[in-house]
Amino acid sequence: MTTRKTLILTTAIALCATGTVAQDVTLTIESWRNDDITIWRNQIIPAFEAAHDGISLDFQPMAPAQYNSALNSKLDAGTAGDIITCRAFDASLQLFERGQLADLTDLDGMANYSDVARSAWSTDDGAQTFCVPVASVIHGFIYNAEIFAELGLEVPTTEDEFFAVLDAIEADGSYIPMAMGINDQWEAATMGYANIGVNFWNGEDGRAALIAGESRLTDDAWVEPFRQLARWSTYLGRGFESQSYPDSQNLFTLGRAAIYPAGSWEIAGFREQADFEMGAFPPPVPAGTDGCFISDHTDMGIGLNAASPNQEAGRIFLEWLSSDEFANLFANAVPGFFPLSSAEVTLEDPLAQEFLGWREQCESTIRPFHQIVSRGTPNLSNESWTAAANVMRGTWTPEEAGEALQSGLSSWYEPHQ
Amino acid sequence: MSARANILRSSFAHAILIAYTILALYPVLLIVINSMKSRRAIFNDPLSLPTRETFDLVGFHTVLEQGNFLLYFQNSMVVTVASLFFVLLFGAMAAFALAEYRFRGNLLMALYLALGIMIPIRLGTVAILEIMVAANLVNTLTALVLVYTAQGLPLAVFILSEFMRQVSDDLKNAARIDGLSEYRIFFTIALPLVRPALATVAVFTMIPIWNDLWFPLILAPGESTKTLTLGSQIFLGQYVTNWNAVLAALTLAIFPVIVLYLIFSRQLIRGITKGAVK
Amino acid sequence: MPTARTPRRPIRWHIAVFLAPAVLIYTAIMIIPLFGTLNLSLFTRGEGGTREFNGLANFATLFGDPRWSGAFWNATWNNLWFFIIHMLVQNPIGIALAAILSSPRLRFAAFYRTAIFIPAILSFVIVGFVWKLILSPLWGVAPTFMDTLGIGNWFAPWLGLERSALTTLALISVWQFVGIPLMLIYAALLSIPDEVLEAAEMDGITGASQFWKIKLPLILPTIGIISILTFVGNFNAFDLIYVTQGALAGPNYATDILGSFLFRTFFGFQLQLGDPHMGATVATVMFFIILAGVSLYLFGVQTRLRRYQF
Repeated sequence: MTTRKTLILTTAIALCATGTVAQDVTLTIESWRNDDITIWRNQIIPAFEAAHDGISLDFQPMAPAQYNSALNSKLDAGTAGDIITCRAFDASLQLFERGQLADLTDLDGMANYSDVARSAWSTDDGAQTFCVPVASVIHGFIYNAEIFAELGLEVPTTEDEFFAVLDAIEADGSYIPMAMGINDQWEAATMGYANIGVNFWNGEDGRAALIAGESRLTDDAWVEPFRQLARWSTYLGRGFESQSYPDSQNLFTLGRAAIYPAGSWEIAGFREQADFEMGAFPPPVPAGTDGCFISDHTDMGIGLNAASPNQEAGRIFLEWLSSDEFANLFANAVPGFFPLSSAEVTLEDPLAQEFLGWREQCESTIRPFHQIVSRGTPNLSNESWTAAANVMRGTWTPEEAGEALQSGLSSWYEPHQ
Repeated sequence: MSARANILRSSFAHAILIAYTILALYPVLLIVINSMKSRRAIFNDPLSLPTRETFDLVGFHTVLEQGNFLLYFQNSMVVTVASLFFVLLFGAMAAFALAEYRFRGNLLMALYLALGIMIPIRLGTVAILEIMVAANLVNTLTALVLVYTAQGLPLAVFILSEFMRQVSDDLKNAARIDGLSEYRIFFTIALPLVRPALATVAVFTMIPIWNDLWFPLILAPGESTKTLTLGSQIFLGQYVTNWNAVLAALTLAIFPVIVLYLIFSRQLIRGITKGAVK
Repeated sequence: MPTARTPRRPIRWHIAVFLAPAVLIYTAIMIIPLFGTLNLSLFTRGEGGTREFNGLANFATLFGDPRWSGAFWNATWNNLWFFIIHMLVQNPIGIALAAILSSPRLRFAAFYRTAIFIPAILSFVIVGFVWKLILSPLWGVAPTFMDTLGIGNWFAPWLGLERSALTTLALISVWQFVGIPLMLIYAALLSIPDEVLEAAEMDGITGASQFWKIKLPLILPTIGIISILTFVGNFNAFDLIYVTQGALAGPNYATDILGSFLFRTFFGFQLQLGDPHMGATVATVMFFIILAGVSLYLFGVQTRLRRYQF
């Protein structure tokens, strides 16, 4: 009797012991990137799990439109996953300030990132970082190389050449010069304003001046991009006012439009959908400027839920995220989302490599209204969507757009009062 | 009235109904037709039926590879049917009480039960989630059933009490004289008489439950408790380009709910024709 | 109605039994969380994220600050227009179709009724997607169809123009929901006893005049329900706007209604962080608007409606 009891007891202890050694932990990853679900399940997760016994990953993406509100609700109630995909700037900063994201400043891998890369997921003074910077997206223009060859067009580098190319395509009449609509509004602000504007407000300098209150949105540097957008309207398809974002994508990939104002994230989708050669060029520079800028926007980070019971395993995963291995894996699996780490990355996709190459020629900056100046009501970034779309629709003049944005900003932002 | 005028009138009625039927069904058909075409054909000629060259089921392949749709479908069914049952039963009971008895606070109670249709329940999300966490119901279908029952009750009570008022007093009073209890009166007299309204409420209640994305996302996002609507959301991504997959997912989402509706609809017809007290 | 039978009645437990399940579930899962949320409108986020009592200051901001009040009134008027279109288009069409459908000896009535109701069971995602496709200027069915009719010039990118976007969306919503008044009216028309109609026919009241003089008065309570349901539904609507026009309810906020304004404020959008306190303030005001409408109906209309028991 006693021996049997002892036996059971020792077996139980042994079982417990093995349990702690190879304790299986599953980390649930919250993400808005349901477009990437197959990439995570087939490439990223197997790569991680192969190297890390006892930690498995569960990628649970949702539709991007619900992400912020659903995530916030789950964090508030304590049911969110262990790993949180971080939006850039204030949305994540707020989570950190509420104590919902763990402080990752002391993560070894953080050394692999520049201050600029970390800025999107750091406190304003840069002292604390709470998400590992994962990817940036670069703006530019993708063009249909076959149409360009057919019409004998050169890739434009200056603003004048750009409009000359558009005129030539329009004169030919077989193709829509540029595929863009304003029904969803954000294209006008993102692929339009933030894309070409960098050369007018001189990238980071202009952005810093705006934050400091030294530059106003009614200045030429900020109004001129609106004037450019107003000129774009004539080159867009019929009824562009209600052309939606997927409409534009399909218009281009079906070969009906020559130029597509793009973000690099389009590359993967376009590769799959288009059956013609594509090329890309950075935003054309205005006459009389030397040097160029690109919008190389910090878009996605990954952090750790402060309430997660698996802090240790979570940190192991995040260290792996900051490794060169992950940077290469991710950059090639999702061409168009460029790693932010200082790792040497070689891209197999020539179009993605083209975008990435601009980092050498031009100075990088992020979208102008993302840091600090969109912290109040009205929200400058969201207002800029409406303003850019209104300008393209022709209901606002570029000057009116500048004034509307400035008065909104002045209404709450001290450096502008 | 002459037979000719009758025929004229009935063909006029049919003309209007056919025209409206086309208007109602055409967009749905458009989705179904195009889900079976290649991408190029969708855009080059969205109106045409799939031909041998343009027929393509790639969208369906993409969709069905992505998850356990049979399980999702089963979850949706369980949640919808269970919620419907409770909404109809509890809703009819409350409606009967409000319509049948005079008691102090009757009107206030009616108003109280109607408050729920005036505020979107999503605003209470965090508190609801906290309740479910406390009750250990996160990632269970029970949590969804509870929320949908609460969400469906106000409208059910509101509509049913109007119909309960139209149930003949003579019948009920006769039953009372026969010594039937109030419960028997409810179950054997009132409930059968409001069957058309019950079927209507069932359909109204079913639609938002079946199509809801929010609460499954918040309360039961786990793989084993995913509903069909949540499961098909993965095709509506940040940068939607794959229209084949989107159209296929939408088509797959349309059919179950149409079938479900047809089932209730038969009940509805039967209810209306048999249940109407004449 | 069982009027007072005896002056002193025993406690009627059955009333409590009938009401209890509904009231309990509804109170626990819906009312307590919702009023907990509305309560947030009296607070604000203080320094360091604490919650501070703020009295009615949020309401003062909503109505006093020109930006907030501008957005609020824009959404309110748009919402009113949204509602008016439903009342003028959806409900008359629903009643007319129900009247036609309920005429005796009509063949295929079940088919028609089922078909016309189908849009109402579709999710907003599907409805938004398909109508954007139909109205798309690029491959839309509408421009092609209008071209073949020779009125191609009349086509305009309706969803993208400030003057037409809201009306277009309201009509899409009408398309989707016309089956609901149809069903309710149909059920009401069918429950009119044959004797009543036969008596009318004896008196020579037939066809249209029978509808106006006999049936319409009998279905007035149902029309009342439909009106109030439309009112409540419209003032809570937001999904269709989100799906087709996005959270910023473009173009230039022309399609912003109270629901979309509320959800944008409460949950935030893109860089705009959710503000539960102002969001709850908007929700509270919406709640009072809807409560006023429903009370008007419950106390003013419903109690005065003549009901006929069959």
